[in-house]
Amino acid sequence: MNEQQHLQTLSDIKRIMERSSRFISLSGLSGIWAGLSGLGGAWIAYSWLNSYYAAWDARGGYSDADYASLRLRLMLLAAGVLLVALAGGAYFTWRRARRNGLPIWDATSRKVLVNIGIPLAAGGLFILGLIYNNQVSLIAPSCLVFYGLALVNASKYTLTDIRYLGLAEIALGILNIFLLRRGIYFWTLGFGVLHIVYGMVMWWKYERKTREIAN
Amino acid sequence: MNNPIGNLNKLFDSRIRLGVMSVLMVNEEVSFNDLKQLLEVTDGNLASHLNTLEENGFLKVHKGFVGRKTNTTYSITKAGEKAFKSHLAALEHMIKFMQ
Repeated sequence: MNEQQHLQTLSDIKRIMERSSRFISLSGLSGIWAGLSGLGGAWIAYSWLNSYYAAWDARGGYSDADYASLRLRLMLLAAGVLLVALAGGAYFTWRRARRNGLPIWDATSRKVLVNIGIPLAAGGLFILGLIYNNQVSLIAPSCLVFYGLALVNASKYTLTDIRYLGLAEIALGILNIFLLRRGIYFWTLGFGVLHIVYGMVMWWKYERKTREIAN
Repeated sequence: MNNPIGNLNKLFDSRIRLGVMSVLMVNEEVSFNDLKQLLEVTDGNLASHLNTLEENGFLKVHKGFVGRKTNTTYSITKAGEKAFKSHLAALEHMIKFMQ
């Protein structure tokens, strides 16, 4: 056994420890995709809100039917954006895992999903409660805070950088609760801009090099 | 001064046994199937290495059921942790010693 072999053994041990305890295939492109979906969704929501208030002004008052229709459309839009973001995000991560010859469904990805899922499910039910009680201005800050907590929780089982994204989302949510009724701007910043910035940083940090080698 | 090679544990010469110990160091409990997937080995090969580690008191076996299927999980013992750490220390020492 020579020095080179010992170094190789140590780096094998490190690699196996990391691979067995953390899901490392999460792609930066997933973040960028989620951010673009968020921005697209926010843009549509923004234009709907504008025409809603334009109609309000033209009518000179509030309309129950208009409000109910806006609320339903916004809820469907949010669900649609979530679906598009998740599907694209899963695709880029699946692609990265396949490229590196790693399984996408193993003990570590299960841990990430469970640990994101618990705070996220709690948040989802909480927000349904807000809608039920007509506390719509609290929806955006609650989304941001619960999502941030979910990311911080899952960061123990994947790339640790996601912790900072989580902390930033929590901070935005808290700021939003003190600046109510500007939810759409905070939402756009948190789910659009932050995801894109995070995704680009992650891609630059972890994926750029492997691509150069592959080419 | 004692010979650093003496601290290298013969049991960990096998890459599979070393791999099993590495996984168990950072995970509380790992199932047979997850170990198999992580280390990319066959059932029989993995089972025999796990047996050796168990006989030496380096790991604990828990037999359970998920539905009707058996689900065997493994965790590291205090003795296993100690042996693995001193093996690592010996490796590091040898690298420094040679430089």
